[in-house]
Amino acid sequence: MGDAAFWILAVGAVVTGIGVFQMDSMARATFLLLASFLCGAGELLLLGLGYLGMVIVLMMTMEMVVMAVFMVMYMMNPAGLMPMTMVHNQRPATVIAVVTFAGLVAGILLTPWPERKGARPMDSTMQVGEAIMGPQMLLMIVIGVAILATMIASVVLATDRGRYDRYGDRLERRRPDDPIPGGRR
Amino acid sequence: MTLDAFLILAAALFAVGLYGALTQQSIVMIMMGLELMVNGVLVAGGAFWYFVAPATADGQLVVLVAVTVMALEMAMGFAATTAIFRARDVDVTDDAEDLKG
Repeated sequence: MGDAAFWILAVGAVVTGIGVFQMDSMARATFLLLASFLCGAGELLLLGLGYLGMVIVLMMTMEMVVMAVFMVMYMMNPAGLMPMTMVHNQRPATVIAVVTFAGLVAGILLTPWPERKGARPMDSTMQVGEAIMGPQMLLMIVIGVAILATMIASVVLATDRGRYDRYGDRLERRRPDDPIPGGRR
Repeated sequence: MTLDAFLILAAALFAVGLYGALTQQSIVMIMMGLELMVNGVLVAGGAFWYFVAPATADGQLVVLVAVTVMALEMAMGFAATTAIFRARDVDVTDDAEDLKG
């Protein structure tokens, strides 16, 4: 049962992953990528990682819906009305990908992996929770700071004209310097 | 279910993502390739936890970090895409191959 589920999900993850780059619609590609992530999350659920599997399912579903919005914003070939090639450099990339895969598989099969050490916990969620709130808390702190930094950096990058452009470096202008007057004054 | 099978799945996802990241022209599609590569890391991290060291949470923490990397990568990628699109009306990599601001 576990084996069958593993292979179905594995083939599903890889086939939908390949499909992402075969589609000429970027919206369809987004949802194929979501399918690939869901198959990957299913593999983690098979391993008894209930919490992480569900986090990935929920997060990726939201993330791909957000991604679909950006896809519509930056879409090549919108609604199939402007057929164009979306790829470049295809042959070298194929060779690189195949060589990478072959190298990784060779490494996987030749490496003498260690035997399992220790027993599986009764509750894997409890284990990860206790780790990030105890001995591994530094990891959680770093993740938190990284998320905060990303939030600030992405807003700074995506902002067109912020308040320093409008009111000067010291925010001392009484009236904003806008190319076209408008907005709040 | 063996460790080898899981790792080969992870390698396949990584290679497919690498192919996508190298071939796609659209910056958004390149990010999808990168996400697929990180997806391989997720599967490998979970497999190492289950088959090698289930007594400690280290494998799970790798998955946690990889999931965070995925989300942050997408946020920063879209911010950079928005910035370059706004500045130069560019949404494919071939139009952004110089260093001019």
